[in-house]
Order: sequence, then C-alpha cells, then structure tokens
Amino acid sequence: MIRLGVPSKGRLMADTFDWFGARGLTLRRTGSDREYAGEVEGAEVALVLLSAGEVPRDLAAGRLHLGVTGSDLIRERLGPSAPVHAVAAMGFGHADLVLAVPRFWADCDTTDDLDAVAARFRAAHGHRLRIATKYHRLVRDYLRARGVADYALVDSQGATEGTVANGTAEAIADITSTGATLEANHLKMLSDGPIHASQATLWRSDAAPWTDAERAEMARLEAMLAG
Amino acid sequence: MIGDADRTRAGDLLARLEAAGAARFAPPILLPAGTLLDLYGEDIRARAFVTHDPLRGEAMLRPDFTVPLVQAHMEAGAEPARYCYAGEVFRRQEEDETRPREYLQVGYEAFDADRAAAEAEVLALFLDVLAPWEPRPATGDLGLIRAAVAALDTTGARRAALLRHLWRPARFRRLLDRFAGRAPGPATDRAPNDAPVIGQRTPEEVEARLDALRADAAEPPIDGGQADALLSLLSMRGTMAEALRALPDAESLHARADALAARGLDPATLPFAPAEGRSAMEYYDGFTFTITANDRTVATGGRYDALTAALGGGRTIPAVGGVIRPGLLEGELLA
Repeated sequence: MIRLGVPSKGRLMADTFDWFGARGLTLRRTGSDREYAGEVEGAEVALVLLSAGEVPRDLAAGRLHLGVTGSDLIRERLGPSAPVHAVAAMGFGHADLVLAVPRFWADCDTTDDLDAVAARFRAAHGHRLRIATKYHRLVRDYLRARGVADYALVDSQGATEGTVANGTAEAIADITSTGATLEANHLKMLSDGPIHASQATLWRSDAAPWTDAERAEMARLEAMLAG
Repeated sequence: MIGDADRTRAGDLLARLEAAGAARFAPPILLPAGTLLDLYGEDIRARAFVTHDPLRGEAMLRPDFTVPLVQAHMEAGAEPARYCYAGEVFRRQEEDETRPREYLQVGYEAFDADRAAAEAEVLALFLDVLAPWEPRPATGDLGLIRAAVAALDTTGARRAALLRHLWRPARFRRLLDRFAGRAPGPATDRAPNDAPVIGQRTPEEVEARLDALRADAAEPPIDGGQADALLSLLSMRGTMAEALRALPDAESLHARADALAARGLDPATLPFAPAEGRSAMEYYDGFTFTITANDRTVATGGRYDALTAALGGGRTIPAVGGVIRPGLLEGELLA
C-alpha cells in the first residue's frame, strides 16, 4: 500500500487534510488526540503522521512513497540528485528564507553590500562576519553563487533572530512569513530577494518500492489531485 | 573505492618523486579544522568532511596535503626544500552522486626562491613521471592578472576589491563593470538611522562605509581601454610563444618560458592562458598548470606564495607544487 507521510501537528496538518479533502480524499486521525495514527478514505493509501523535518529523510530512504513538507526542508536536507520530485505545490505554508542584518546598518541593503561589509568587518574585528542559521546548505549555495566572501555560518536551531542581540552572530538567515519577528528584533531583510521561497509541497519518492498495484493507484490519485 | 592498483601506482609515483630528491611528508588524516576554515571560509565546509571532537573541537578529514605541509615547513623548515607525499584526501559531494569522496593524491612541492626554475622543475618532473600516459600540459599565470589589476589607474580600495575577488570570476566582472562606469554602483543616498545598535559592528563602521561609498562615487571611472585590456588578458588563450610576443615586458613570464625551454618544453607548442586554474581553490596566485591524459585532468598545480604568507605569521616563502590523481590513470608504470 502507498505510504503517505503528513506533518503530525498544527496548522500544516490541518491545511494538508483540507487540501486532500478538497480533492476527494479524506485524511483523518484515528484514536486519541495524542496518538500518531491516521487513515485515508477513498484510496489505497496508508497515512503516516510524522515530524515535517523527518519527511525528506524518509522519502529519500524510500520509507515513504509520498510525503508533504516544505520545499525549504527538501532543498536543505537533500541534494539536487536525490530521488525525490515534486508532485504538486499545495499553495499554503508560504515562507521565505531571507538574509537579515541589523536595521541600523544603513549601508547594507543587498548581498553586494553584505560582501563589502564582510570584508571590512573581518579586517576590523579579526574574524569572519557570522551568519546564524539552520539552513546551512541553502545559505552557502546562495552566497557562493553571488560571490560573497569573508563570512562564516554559525548554527542556530531556534530563536535565530535573537542571536545578533546576544552577540553570537552579526547577521541571520531564517524563515519568515510576515517579517514581524525580524522587525521586533531590530533586523531588516536584504532587498535582493529571498534565498528560497518555500511552500508546502507533495513529494514523490523514486526510491520507494513501487509495486504495479501501487503505481496504478498512484496514476488514479494523480488524476484526482490534479482535478 | 580506492583499488589495489591505484595504491601500487601511487607508491610507484611517490618513489619517482622521492628519487628526484624530495623528502617524504606524511601528515595525519584527521586535521584541526581551524586553520583550514580560516583560510578557505565557509566554502570548505561544502567540500570537506567536518567533524566534532568533544575535547579538541572541530576537526576535518584531510581535504588536501598542501596546507598541513606549508604549516609544517613554515614552523621548522629551512629553504630551499622539496617534499613529496601520497595518501587519501576526502571531499564531500553535494551535487554529484558519482564523484569519489575518497581518493589518492600524489604530490610534490618546492620551496625555492628561484621561482622560474622551480616552476619549470615541477611541471617537467610531473610530465616525466606521467610520460607512459602521454600527458598534455596547459599553463597559466594568475600573477599576470594580479599585476594588471595592481597597475590599474584607480584607487587602492578598488584595486583591493578586485584582487579579493580574483578567484570569483562573476563577482570580479561585476566589480570591474561598476568601477569602469559600465554598471550602476551601490546607492549613496543612504543616511544613518536611529535603530537600536545590536551586535559587534559599530555605528562608526557603518558611517565609515557610507563615507567610503560616497568617496568612491566621486572617483572617475577606470579608463575603458584599461578595463578592456584586463578583460582581454583574462580571456587570452593560445601558446606560450604568442603570449611572449603579446606581453614583451612580463619579466617573470619570459624567465619561466626560458626555464621551461631549458627542460625541453617548447613555447611554440605549450598551451598558455593566464586565467587557467583561476576558479580552482583560492590559493594559486602565480604560475598554474593542468595536465590531461585520455581527456581527463590527471594533475594540477601552481604557485601559492600568498598561502605561505597567510600561514607563516608574517614570513613568506616562494612555493610551487602540484598533485597527481593516480586513480585516474589506467595501467601500470612502464618498467
């Protein structure tokens, strides 16, 4: 049976259930509110409830045939040659991965500025300009493509917007949807576009063991989901 | 996977380099990460395996031999010196599933103040030990590009910005276009604001850069002829003989060509492009070379004086060297 991985909590789960529901596929939790069990009505699909952050790994390993998670997590955790491809962008869970610097940096609005600031910062302070993030690969690829030098990424798994005030970074790269948290922490995003514009996406694993029956069911599902 | 044949070939090549008068160098596989990170920056994390030791901090699986060798030589060595080595290097691959993560390098490095002679020695030695595989050399000279930037009739800040991005061709080109007045510069109408000061960077640093931006905007653009001459140097591609005719005043180029000719490398047929090796690792700053065999790049090398300065605590020693990839060579060395 096709195994479909869906985020187990909160808004993302509710939106995912609604999205499938609107396409004639009813997803629901079973058992108590605290039990991570669920079922799918209207298709030969087993529902797996798990953390959104674990969906990329389980898709790549073939433990899931299908999975719902943000495109930011897939791009960050899996390389471009990973056996996973998008079936449908789902139109919710929008969030941008952005670079942000202190608002009082009046001289820094673009990645070009950031590169020049990093050169001067390193010369003045004796270490590289630190950017706090948990999206190491996405940020590094973005800055390399734009020829930014003299920075270092420092890992931050939460409360990233606070790292500058706390003295552990000079700038940050993090997910934002409204920018309100950046604003509250006296940061501004750089103006030349997000590093990545993420949204909830349904992914298909090419590494999963697809039987003929599962392929046939998937073809039927794809017609439903496209409708 | 490194095969037995690769190890045998690496051992044979190492013996040849040792017989040429080099001392063997054998650094550990697990290196402290600090020096490498400081030198290469964040890029190295994408290319090297970084791990964490609870007591010693970050460590790295040896991504190359050159950095530990230069460190060891700068601490203890007396010049001139010749070193050789063979062993595994490790490279992370984020893009290409098929590229090896672990492979052998065999290398030779010369610390010698006679630059031209040492450069010719390294290239000729590599061509000699690779002779059974019909090696084809190509050469370059990032020193010519550095000299052309240093000679631009403009401010020191602009020259320094260009030199800083010498190894990043796209960013270098954008800067040159901007400084030559062919692309708009950064906005200069920005003023300090009263947002809270957070982090290590100070308001004085912000103001100093705003001043620098205004000062730069008031500078005349780099002369179009000079910018075009630099661009044509970057795209020049031909033979060493053609380059010698085009650049009659490039002393080090002529000295090297003489040294190469003395070792049997004819300028009339030796390929030369100044920018050869430009986007390789950020440490070649003069002569560069690549050697191909069967359409594969089997050896690369070049001069890295700036690396010895960065690791030498104020001292610098002229250094040139290169590495061979024995795993890309088919068949055994001819007896």
